[in-house]
Amino acid sequence: MRTAKGSGEGSAELLIEGVAKRFGDVVALDHVSLQVAQGELLTILGPSGSGKTTLLKVVAGFEAPDAGRVTVGGADITALPPAKRDIGMVFQNYALFPHLSVKANVAFPLEMRNVGKAEIDRRVGEALAMVELAGYEARLPKQLSGGQQQRVALARAIVFNPRLLLLDEPFGALDRKLRETMQLEVRRLQRRLGLTTIFITHDQEEALVLSDRIAVMNKGAIQQIATTTEIYERPANDFVADFVGESNILHGTMSAPGLVALPDGRKLMVDSEAAPGARVGVLMRPERFAPGGINEFTGEIVEAVYLGTSFKLRLACEGGQELLVRQPARGALPAAGTTITVGIDPEAIHVF
Amino acid sequence: MSRRLLVAVCALIYFFLMLPLLVVFPISLSSAPYMQFPPPGFSWQWYERYLDDPQWIDATWRSLYIGGATAVLALLLGVPLAFSLVRARFRGRALLDRLALAPIIVPTIILSVAIYGLFAKLKLIGTWYGLVVAHTVLALPFVVLVIAAGLRDFDRSLEQAAEGLGASRWKTLMRITLPLLRPSLVSAGLLAFISSFDEVVVALFLAGANMTLPKKMFDNIMMEIDPTIAAVSVMQILLVSVVLVLIGRFGRGLRDSAR
Repeated sequence: MRTAKGSGEGSAELLIEGVAKRFGDVVALDHVSLQVAQGELLTILGPSGSGKTTLLKVVAGFEAPDAGRVTVGGADITALPPAKRDIGMVFQNYALFPHLSVKANVAFPLEMRNVGKAEIDRRVGEALAMVELAGYEARLPKQLSGGQQQRVALARAIVFNPRLLLLDEPFGALDRKLRETMQLEVRRLQRRLGLTTIFITHDQEEALVLSDRIAVMNKGAIQQIATTTEIYERPANDFVADFVGESNILHGTMSAPGLVALPDGRKLMVDSEAAPGARVGVLMRPERFAPGGINEFTGEIVEAVYLGTSFKLRLACEGGQELLVRQPARGALPAAGTTITVGIDPEAIHVF
Repeated sequence: MSRRLLVAVCALIYFFLMLPLLVVFPISLSSAPYMQFPPPGFSWQWYERYLDDPQWIDATWRSLYIGGATAVLALLLGVPLAFSLVRARFRGRALLDRLALAPIIVPTIILSVAIYGLFAKLKLIGTWYGLVVAHTVLALPFVVLVIAAGLRDFDRSLEQAAEGLGASRWKTLMRITLPLLRPSLVSAGLLAFISSFDEVVVALFLAGANMTLPKKMFDNIMMEIDPTIAAVSVMQILLVSVVLVLIGRFGRGLRDSAR
């Protein structure tokens, strides 16, 4: 197996440069460029129709781009057929061969590479042990549960030491508990083998759990590529702020250094270096509000939901502003109709 | 009330469909020297006469291998045709799609006359392989229909997976696509076989001295009429039934294919 390297550092193993693809009038990929470092797990996060699946297909070789280049380890693979790319892929529906046993499924990529029989036995055994499916060799895919099928698909994708691992929304069909187990397991395996990995999902929570970095896509273009905390704490634009996590997004103008004037006349103290006069977006995460914050908002509770660890409150503030606020669940759930005041500190507000 | 009516109507229809069998089966076991219903007694004599007559046996073998060869040829032509109709995008695909079904639409007698004219020039009349070619024309639409239906339901991500794992197009076809299409291939092949094994019109025109079983039966009825024909019918029905059971067991149901 390839040796693991530190994630996020290293040289760019996968390089996507200016890849464009259109289907008729629909622009699926609008000159997308990104890099994935050796051993890194990069998540491409986006709603359906954002182009993330098309991008994955271009990397895998199932779609030819209209323009642009894909290189792996310095070699241009843009024109190579899928069979010659040495990329392991886990499909959304797993795509296990229904007529072949678990063992034959996992052995398939090795057979295609003319690996000797004894070597195949050894490596298939190893891969199945890695996904904790030793003993299931003779079963057919339909005799396995969804989680087990997924493990087989994963074993099949890594058994031939691919240069790149692609995961296309692999957890969508699993129930919540199993999904969380599998996420951690995939992450553990990916780290252990040092596999350069692209993971596709529309689930922002999943993206935050799994990734080294996240590329948020919308309308065929990458909106932001950054580490998970960066994406959450300092989104680049409205779309990213809104798509990842719960958010309150306002727009205003910098009226003085560190001061944003909102359309309703209020002023917010922020921690920003934007020049006075600049139009800015303001992001306030619901959980960053606290009773004693510097910027105060007073409003009537329109909706209060108990979520176990927290209360989720929807406030109708003076001036018509709606605000989503989360508070630690202590004491009784505040009743709708009550008026409360919450505050948020300048450092907790992100200006973009 | 309406349910009972439905059951009654269905029973009546089944009775109507089965009626010839209900007559043919007893007559084939009749002890009488001529067609008589109900038969006066039991005997195997008509089966014995069939088995002892080299002409009958000869015709049966011929029908079997012509049917087999027709199935093979129809698959060899029909499978690639179905692939291109379902998967390829080319000019005139819609036209070819309709043309592939033409042999079902054109009356068999017209087709027979046309083929007769052509084969007379090519000196294919009276040859068994000429008949195979003609039967293949008739069987092709069934093969194309069944295989195309199987291909339309085929999950292409399996082929992508195979290619992504390092399989060439050819390996993907041999290891993944065709094995998974096996039920459709079995159904198509057996249907092609039956369509040839039962076929009489084209055989009347083209077989010449080389009797196929249906043609021999036809001639037998014209010349002399004795219960041998009933015995032959019963055996033919049994063979076709076995084939239909095989389709049900190993093939893709015709119900799934009708789309």
